[in-house]
Amino acid sequence: MRGPLKVRELWRDEDLRQVFAACVTLGLAVGVFAISFGVTAVSAGASVAQTCVMSLLVFTGASQFSAVSVIGAGGSAASAFGSAALLAARNSVYGLAMAPHLKGRLATRLVAAQITIDESTAMASAQTDATHRRAAFWITGLSIYLFWNTGTLIGAILGSTIDPTTYGLDAAFPAAFVAMVWPSLRNRRSALAAAIGATVCLALIPFTPVGVPILCAVLGVVVGIPSPPERAT
Amino acid sequence: MTWTLVFALAATAYAFKVLGLVLVGERKLPAMLDRCLALIPAALIAALVMKDTFSVGQHLQLDARAAGVGAAVIAAWRKAPLIAVIVIGAGVTALARALT
Repeated sequence: MRGPLKVRELWRDEDLRQVFAACVTLGLAVGVFAISFGVTAVSAGASVAQTCVMSLLVFTGASQFSAVSVIGAGGSAASAFGSAALLAARNSVYGLAMAPHLKGRLATRLVAAQITIDESTAMASAQTDATHRRAAFWITGLSIYLFWNTGTLIGAILGSTIDPTTYGLDAAFPAAFVAMVWPSLRNRRSALAAAIGATVCLALIPFTPVGVPILCAVLGVVVGIPSPPERAT
Repeated sequence: MTWTLVFALAATAYAFKVLGLVLVGERKLPAMLDRCLALIPAALIAALVMKDTFSVGQHLQLDARAAGVGAAVIAAWRKAPLIAVIVIGAGVTALARALT
């Protein structure tokens, strides 16, 4: 990793120790879901190689689950592709938000793109300065990548799984996101943007295809358009 | 499942991920756009919490997850460490599921 923080300093940093601990905890939940994905994919007719390549290259959990469920239910490749693409689209919005924090060599940014997902963006946004944002993004993205792909391999080979809902692991994700978004809610504008995003999403869930409600939540950023009052004077 | 689908999905997913990073890139943005981009995580992550907590596919559903995420909100408000919030969220959801 390049940048002002050396790898040895990362572990000594109190804030980043929290990030590491959270990544391992969240990583376990990610691993269990990945095992479940591996099993679902193989039972939908994918080979072990196809299943693993999908996790390595696609690396967007919700899209992958959606694609193999459509195929498993006898749907066409086109409809599997369509719904999965819709779920992957929000990562482009995360990219817009992360770009100012991921400046550097092109090669580094191209690698960063692959790990631009819900978890890495949320964890980065929970940090208070640029150095920590950058470090949190990389630590989270890379550890989730490791857990997701290891879990996929285990699930694809073993073909049996524990149901993630048994341990409440499905709620581990929204719980983590609550904690990550919480510090920013002290800021009035962020709180308003979050309220708009949440409301738009809930309102659209029953009426639009899966993936669309979260994309439309981007509407919340309109609260950033007016100049902040304290700087207007 | 075909390799064509696997690679088409891989290319599309990566294109989405790289699009935002490349569009903004090294550019210096107008202050207004900077302010808007900075609000993206709050807006989308809040939406994600709603989706993960209250929906199954295209249906809204109130179940054990609401109890777990509710407990997570209290834990976050009480400034519990991130790892504790995650464990509390999962644990309370599992407990609520076992009881109902």
